[in-house]
Amino acid sequence: MKKANRLSLRIPEPKARPGDLLDFGDLKLAEPGVTPRPPVDSDPRDMRDLAYGLIRVLNAEGQAVGPWAPTLSPDQLRQGLRAMMLTRAFDRRMYQAQRQGKTSFYMKCLGEEAVAVAQALALDKQDMCFPTYRQQGLFIARGCPLVDMMNQIYSNEKDALKGRQLPVLYSSREHGLFTISGNLGTQFSQAVGWAMASAYKGDDKIAAAWIGDGSTAEGDFHHALTFAAVYRAPAVLNVVNNQWAISSFHGIAGDEVAPFASRGIGYGLPALRVDGNDFLAVYAASAWAIERARSNLGATLIEHFTYRAEGHSTSDDPSRYRPAEEAARWPLGDPVKRLKDHLIVIEEWSEDQHTALETELTETVRAASKEAESHGTLAGGSRPPIGTMFEDVFKEMPWHIREQRKQMGV
Amino acid sequence: MTMIQALNSAMDVMLERDPDVLIFGEDVGYFGGVFRATEGLQKKHGLERCFDTPISESGLIGVAVGMGAYGLRPVVEIQFADYIYPAYDQIVSEVARLRYRSAGQFIAPLTIRSPYGGGIYGGQTHSQSPEALFTHVAGLKVVIPSTPYDAKGLLISAIEDDDPVIFLEPKRIYNGPFDGRHDRPLTPWAKHPASETPEGHYKVPLSEAAIVRPGASVTILAYGTMVHVALAAVEDTGVDAEVIDLRTLWPVDIDAITASVKKTGRCVIVHEATRTSGFGAELSALVQEHCFYSLEAPIERVAGWDTPYPHAFEWEYFPGPDRVATALRRVMEA
Repeated sequence: MKKANRLSLRIPEPKARPGDLLDFGDLKLAEPGVTPRPPVDSDPRDMRDLAYGLIRVLNAEGQAVGPWAPTLSPDQLRQGLRAMMLTRAFDRRMYQAQRQGKTSFYMKCLGEEAVAVAQALALDKQDMCFPTYRQQGLFIARGCPLVDMMNQIYSNEKDALKGRQLPVLYSSREHGLFTISGNLGTQFSQAVGWAMASAYKGDDKIAAAWIGDGSTAEGDFHHALTFAAVYRAPAVLNVVNNQWAISSFHGIAGDEVAPFASRGIGYGLPALRVDGNDFLAVYAASAWAIERARSNLGATLIEHFTYRAEGHSTSDDPSRYRPAEEAARWPLGDPVKRLKDHLIVIEEWSEDQHTALETELTETVRAASKEAESHGTLAGGSRPPIGTMFEDVFKEMPWHIREQRKQMGV
Repeated sequence: MTMIQALNSAMDVMLERDPDVLIFGEDVGYFGGVFRATEGLQKKHGLERCFDTPISESGLIGVAVGMGAYGLRPVVEIQFADYIYPAYDQIVSEVARLRYRSAGQFIAPLTIRSPYGGGIYGGQTHSQSPEALFTHVAGLKVVIPSTPYDAKGLLISAIEDDDPVIFLEPKRIYNGPFDGRHDRPLTPWAKHPASETPEGHYKVPLSEAAIVRPGASVTILAYGTMVHVALAAVEDTGVDAEVIDLRTLWPVDIDAITASVKKTGRCVIVHEATRTSGFGAELSALVQEHCFYSLEAPIERVAGWDTPYPHAFEWEYFPGPDRVATALRRVMEA
């Protein structure tokens, strides 16, 4: 009699845990410059390979190579570098502020700056962004004043959101940035709705949304792709695959089985997989998707392959679940350094200029944080007036909230 | 008009008046909805004004949030209130809080229509009354009409309102004012005075209750189908009850409730939804807080049993006029 097979349950595990030797051998990274760039009006069925490859522009020598290399002026490149460095300086200062007890919580985007900044530069001012909490680079690149962002982080008297939101869950309608939710994924279908509205009104604006690798497992991600495909919504849908969802590695969300970009294929959407630490590649892929959306050809899914070089938040300790040197040895390097090297290679930047800019930006952030702190921090100083707690639940305050405000004595 | 025709007319009027109003949901387009509430709207106003969506309640509410943020005024249909749960995160965490969390930068002026309630042999998944899941959420308005006239006027108010409105439609009375006596022939809306519904634009204000039967001895608080059931119970018992149709559950018309209970000194609360933590619990607490020294009897709640809605026991589950009558007699004897 044949012995019955015994089933076994697979639980995905990362290649290395703390103390293990690092091995990136199975990453299979495409060489820079080799990935073809199809015309923006291509049939998604003819470009499925792009979901399994990796669009890269910057090579190890710092040169921009291949068909995806965008035509950006040195000024635009320096603008991108500056926004990424400013984001990094901002993160450093705010992380420190949390450690000093000036706020309850902070989240850095170290190593992922290109994902937000490059696309911000590729979008128009009028386009609407639906970020997650790790796209502070969008706010900075779109010109949101640092002091405003810090006021939100400190929940102080000048906080535009009146102390109602967890630090870093900004909102700036003025800069085309949708209010950030702490419930993961919800913004994805909302962005598609915004894009549908723009198309409904015969407008020329598009929407862009971001989601993390972990949150692609949420229903909202799939609802968004369904609606985007069905109604040909003018949207750019970005998955930021930074390898880690708090302590769960990307495989827990299923990308060992199939890369996140390939999720788009089943929906009939064009899907690009791009080196998220390559500013030029992110810009080029974004520009491709933006042009396609604005040409009324619908949405594109872009997976940005990057690495979360910091913990999830100030409440996290990544040394408990991943090797400490993983970030430093990430094979796709650091986005700031790579763009800097490129600018130096094309003789549009120097080490001295870089150091000077670093000093300048550190000072900019320091001055902004002094100003923000003068309006109060969570540790002390002015808060928004307590009575505002009861406002904006409804357009007009109903009787029961008026009654409760009275009970509060304000 | 029937209630269905009145709802249809409200949407027709709003599509005509406001180019930013658009309607979508499952089967609402060409077909006109499983209960026919959107019949003819696509043909009259165009494909992009009234269209079908994928079977994705969370997706369509999320999309509506984005449209609202853009500046549109979406009116969405959830085919049965029982199907609304996949969208609960979008409704609770997003729709309800958008204005608050963005300090007014973004709003969600959505109207979410959904047929609710029992009495149609719909079993567990086509009979529920989930209103308390929404009255509990800060930032939502909850509206339930009980007549065609109110249905149209309230729906227009809801669509024009800048706050999100959960608009629950008592499907058992879509086509006639059902009083809970399931063994008797149906009465059509045509014989009911509140079926007189103007063709054009008019509003019934939100947060205003209606006294549908003035009385002196006891106040009955009801909404939706149960307004008609309560009236039948009053007729059966001969008790001089004041029947209040809340029309808007939240923010509720506390003044109308307080004035009535202070006058009558007694209160019976009637709803189809399960009893425990139902909206009746909130009403009971409010009456106690506002009218305690006027009360001459314990507040009574008549509600669905605390079980899922059982298919074979439709009429044992449904809180019909006999159960309301029993409660009325009990408060009058106290």
